[in-house]
Amino acid sequence: MDRKTVLNQTHRDMGARMVPFGGWDMPVNYGSQIEEHHAVRRDAGMFDVCHMTVVDLRGPRVREFLRHLLANDVDKLKTAGKALYSCMLKPDGGVIDDLIVYFLTEDWFRMVVNAATTDKDLAWIGGEAEAFDVAVEARFDTGMIAVQGPQARARAEPLLPSELRAAAMALKPFSAAYAGDWFAGRTGYTGEDGFEIMLPEAETPALWRALAAAGVQPCGLGARDTLRLEAGMNLYGSDMDESLTPLESGLAWTVALEPAERDFIGRTALEKQKAAGGVAVFTGLVLEGKGVLRGHQKVFDGDREVGEITSGGFSPTLERSIAMARVAADAGDALEVDIRGKRLPLRRVKMPFVRNGKPCIDL
Amino acid sequence: MSNDVPSDLKYTKSHEWVRIDDDGVVTIGITDHAQELLGDLVFVELPEVGSQLAAGTECAVVESVKAASDVYTPLSGEVVEVNDALAEAPETINQEAYEGGWIFRLRLSDPQELDALMDADTYAEHAESDEH
Repeated sequence: MDRKTVLNQTHRDMGARMVPFGGWDMPVNYGSQIEEHHAVRRDAGMFDVCHMTVVDLRGPRVREFLRHLLANDVDKLKTAGKALYSCMLKPDGGVIDDLIVYFLTEDWFRMVVNAATTDKDLAWIGGEAEAFDVAVEARFDTGMIAVQGPQARARAEPLLPSELRAAAMALKPFSAAYAGDWFAGRTGYTGEDGFEIMLPEAETPALWRALAAAGVQPCGLGARDTLRLEAGMNLYGSDMDESLTPLESGLAWTVALEPAERDFIGRTALEKQKAAGGVAVFTGLVLEGKGVLRGHQKVFDGDREVGEITSGGFSPTLERSIAMARVAADAGDALEVDIRGKRLPLRRVKMPFVRNGKPCIDL
Repeated sequence: MSNDVPSDLKYTKSHEWVRIDDDGVVTIGITDHAQELLGDLVFVELPEVGSQLAAGTECAVVESVKAASDVYTPLSGEVVEVNDALAEAPETINQEAYEGGWIFRLRLSDPQELDALMDADTYAEHAESDEH
């Protein structure tokens, strides 16, 4: 039996098509995935992300703990409310999960981790936290709605509690504010402006309905995937996992090797991999012509297989098929993909494909 | 969930529909139920005109935002026409699965194979039990 978020009945009442997703019963669309995608790029859409897990970390040594636990350096977070994207690694450099961590006070940081990895994340974090006397609390009592799009913040504003409203609207990108049990981060997974709003579970369905009444399009996981793909954002389990390091997953920018004396988990393995050279490259791809790129399709440079697509699909904004792929460091620019036995030409591009409603690549 | 299942068509378990046209040729597409399960269609790979198909073989691919799915020909014969308009407008299948969304036309080599197809009522029941 798949688990249900607190919004499950609301989705059903509002006509969503539900599918099993990583052990959860989630909406894949509310009719047309492409229309939902465009709503987020052009106006505002919202996503049920209650299945993701909010983890509060408390204790006087919490900053020191996170500098040990995470591959990115929380010392970049100087102002209360600032957020940081990071990978959490095994000693061999494999990615346990990717997450967002918010600095709230010197003895309180908050993380948001993926749904499917929650159990292993909590076991890992809990084990590492002991030596630092950090208390780890998974906030399963918290609901979360991502409201995304150029009009998202304006449409959400009147629905925020009055004591949070001004602070939330004053937020700079990638930072958060809170009041009582409500928390708003100016973050997301779409390449658009917006909020991720955490609130008590019991109040979550009412917020969903109020946002819909305010003109925010309810969206399913289908649109969430095409939006994040266009935005060039990695998906855990597809683009990286425990068998891969951030360096070969397009996430080197999230690994803080400076300062050299910070001894985070996985550091030695990453330094060794970097020194050895020849690390596989993560690249954006555009299919020249018709067809759809999908995960696990093989990529060729001439006769040589040089890698495979990790995430692919049809880009509603570009009306072309796009993908992320892991290819050999020495792969050339003239690549091809094998789709059902046919070789089709690809173009390598720098990601993102789309940001803030605008294409970032030449078509 | 109830979908449109026209009574003048024949159907397959794998969600294709077949219209028997006046000229002894059949028109084949995927059902309204199938398009709804697939979601927005973004690409259709058509069979080649002139190719000979054996019943039960894959002959086309429909790709939606979610996944690629094979289309099987339920009947044997020669492909006499394909719906080229789907190359530019695959979403026609979402909008009108039984009219503008047809995929290919086949001149049958064994009309007796038609007997194995389902009628509308049987298919409607099948589609219903297929819902999850």
